[in-house]
Amino acid sequence: MSALSELGKLKGQGSKSEGRDTKAALVFLGPWLVGLVAITLGPMLISLYLSFTDYNLLQEPTFVGLDNFVRMFEDARLLNSLRVTFIYVLVGVPLQLAVALLIAMVLDRGIRGLPFYRSVFYLPSLLGGSVAVAILWKQIFGTTGLVNQFLALIGIEGPGWISDPNTALSTIILLHIWTFGSPMIIFLAGLRQIPHMYYEAAQVDGASKVSQFFRITLPLLSPIIFFNLVLQIVGAFQSFTQAFIVSGGTGGPSDSTMFFTLYLYQKGFGQFDMGYASAMAWVLLLIIGAFTAINFYASKFWVFYDD
Amino acid sequence: MTKLQALPTPTSEGRKEAKLPPRKVSRPRSPAATRMRAILKHIILILSALLMIYPLLWMVVSSLRPNDLIFKEPGLWLTTFEASNFSDGWNALANPFSTYLLNSAIVVLGCIIGNLVSCSMAAYAFARLNFKGKKWLFGAMLLTIMLPFHVVIVPQYILFSQIGWVNTFWPIIVPKLLATDAFFVFLMVQFIRGIPRELDEAARIDGAGHPRIFLQVILPLMVPALATTTIFTFIWTWNDFFSQLIYLTDPDMFTVPVALRAFIDATASTSWGAMFAMSIVSLLPVFIAFLLGQKFLVKGIATTGIK
Repeated sequence: MSALSELGKLKGQGSKSEGRDTKAALVFLGPWLVGLVAITLGPMLISLYLSFTDYNLLQEPTFVGLDNFVRMFEDARLLNSLRVTFIYVLVGVPLQLAVALLIAMVLDRGIRGLPFYRSVFYLPSLLGGSVAVAILWKQIFGTTGLVNQFLALIGIEGPGWISDPNTALSTIILLHIWTFGSPMIIFLAGLRQIPHMYYEAAQVDGASKVSQFFRITLPLLSPIIFFNLVLQIVGAFQSFTQAFIVSGGTGGPSDSTMFFTLYLYQKGFGQFDMGYASAMAWVLLLIIGAFTAINFYASKFWVFYDD
Repeated sequence: MTKLQALPTPTSEGRKEAKLPPRKVSRPRSPAATRMRAILKHIILILSALLMIYPLLWMVVSSLRPNDLIFKEPGLWLTTFEASNFSDGWNALANPFSTYLLNSAIVVLGCIIGNLVSCSMAAYAFARLNFKGKKWLFGAMLLTIMLPFHVVIVPQYILFSQIGWVNTFWPIIVPKLLATDAFFVFLMVQFIRGIPRELDEAARIDGAGHPRIFLQVILPLMVPALATTTIFTFIWTWNDFFSQLIYLTDPDMFTVPVALRAFIDATASTSWGAMFAMSIVSLLPVFIAFLLGQKFLVKGIATTGIK
């Protein structure tokens, strides 16, 4: 069903040598091959090289060895941006998936008006990545914003959520949770695959709803939860637009919304420190790779494949 | 598993009630209690759905309010009607907003054509052709789905700026013409695999080569996959901010997201009404795409499970 399981299956396949269509393959794959080399692999290697250089676009890159990577360890703003990004990913992704699963379970089993609810819950995930919604968010959580207007109605004077370093990141995490619609749809599709007789049998045996959830729903849904988890983590590490717009491009207040990608943008395209930015990009790739690897390893202990 | 099978049928409920003695956990509920529960569930769902879209509704209403009222009215009731926000916003920047809409439309159209042509060709090769190294290339394609954009952005920027493409739409469109959106290649491979090979064979016996089989047999049958690709490309490109921010710095070339960002800088927080009005204008195409293409969006997510 997914790109992930597809990767796993590749191991076992052997290629048949009879009846090759090499000429046709070159034609059909041509654009993709050019893209792979010129747009993806080539630039990857070049950015790896640049990460060991000092380069400002104007002068030729000069080789500086591991300098950029050493600098990172001494760069307090960079270390802070890692902290901010980790909080965002480790809090935002699980919460978003939990909400998605909860709503998907409520909507499952042919509830009346399912298409309506599904549409309403799904819509924000289509709009959430846009600049327009980030602008809206900036207002909602502003000092005189929508949230504080409601709080004022019940006599509470709310803080300036976005201007306060203690709460600014939470508003962006909330925006991430708000876009739970697409994992919800994947969960809905997954829940439909669980045969209803399992629940009937459990009911006959007197299992409570809670133990039905932990012993039927969760194990049978675990491959899909895992799949969502991997993809959402990969995606969340790359979030940029929301933090950029909400903080006005600064990552403020006090660097509290300085995402790693935002700092990379500032270094690369603000200060044209392209060597450093490339090194940062590779660190990001390694972090995402490590998280994915850990996820795959940990999946052995909790993901249940029913075959 | 079809939708029907997942539904609890009245007969199975009835049988269970008849056979089983009441147990502590799965006690039989009276029809009235079941009804009450259903109503309660719907009330909670409707309330949470409202909470989800309230910010969007409020933005629509606020775009029609005079500026001084936006920060005083948390409700959705419109007392004064200020349509001038739209004309103010439309003309607030160096160019009328139509320029940015047109630029975004050009970029989106280019990306859609690029993805449709290049991804379907690559997908045909992966799904139907037999060639050396297919396994490895397919694996590489799957891996690029998860590759963070930032790892290639610096060298890509250097490349495109050296050939003078900054402030043109090429850096955004050309990668799509080269099938770098591997996600869609994967989606189409999955789809083509579901088309019976007998159809290819029949065409081959009639003397058709691969180009004709692709154009006259496969393409007409994969229209649903092409529709899903079109809608996702439309929404993602329309919302995309990072690459458009980097490559488009000339106000004449601004797309909608970049223009909105410039709007924040230009008007600070003085004209929220106008800013909301333009935000609504920018979200409208995505909303329409959502309404028209919901079926393909939901299907696309449920079968391939990304975003």
